[in-house]
Amino acid sequence: MRAAVVVFPGSNCDRDLAVAMEAAGAEVSMVWHKDSNLPDDIDIVGIPGGFSYGDYLRCGAIAAQSPICQAVAAHANRGGFVMGICNGFQVLTETGLLPGALLRNAGLKYICKTVGLKVETSNSAYTVGYNAGDVIDIPIAHHDGNYFADEATLAELRDQDRIAFSYTDNPNGSVGDIAGILSENRRVLGMMPHPERAADVGHGGTDGEALFRALVGALATA
Amino acid sequence: MKARVHVMLKNGVLDPQGAAVRHALGAMGFDGVNGVRQGKVIELDLADGASEADVTAMCEKLLANTVIESYTIEMS
Repeated sequence: MRAAVVVFPGSNCDRDLAVAMEAAGAEVSMVWHKDSNLPDDIDIVGIPGGFSYGDYLRCGAIAAQSPICQAVAAHANRGGFVMGICNGFQVLTETGLLPGALLRNAGLKYICKTVGLKVETSNSAYTVGYNAGDVIDIPIAHHDGNYFADEATLAELRDQDRIAFSYTDNPNGSVGDIAGILSENRRVLGMMPHPERAADVGHGGTDGEALFRALVGALATA
Repeated sequence: MKARVHVMLKNGVLDPQGAAVRHALGAMGFDGVNGVRQGKVIELDLADGASEADVTAMCEKLLANTVIESYTIEMS
């Protein structure tokens, strides 16, 4: 399984994501934001956390217009897999690959702590390693993680079983306690929590490991 | 030609910053404020030939996220 991790100016979880993917058995290459093409034969693109372009204008807004994001969108539109974590989730909503938007946390504070996440569906390459209803401990670290979508979009997400993760104790005001969502074809995942920061015993938790293992397993056999 | 773009969160979208400003005003004794909405103003110094339609396209594609924000354009 071959993965590409995008590096923007201001990305700071790019290497963590690459390490977590490699530990699960993926072959990872890093891709610079000014590149206009992804490496050949890429199975999945990872959009990492951080503060791309300093979060100027809106989180993820400038990154969404970068040359590499045009290639990422083309990859997704061809049916390719894309996962965006934290700032990566913000970038994916700004590109329109995922619906909704991430607003400033309802309590206005930057929050950095481990939270409980309920796995809402095991029906995706990302969540097939869990059972629906499992509660896992994954860190969050964000200022703008307050997921917003209008009622029609929320109904669609629910009806199509596209909510991947929800918070057991909503930390940021997200509508419907939503922490992560899937695209209609279930191949694009965006989530605010950081599974790559809970993927090694040295992290203090390994509940995120199953996500990367399942992903590599699913894509290796695809 | 200049354009001034006002970007505001749409009605119905929670504005925690506006709520915090209102709270602070209330704490200072300004109790005549029912609500505060905070937005941003973006000034564009336009090259010759750039039109309001161009600015609208800029708003739709980058300056505003129309999922959560509305915008108005003033040309001067």
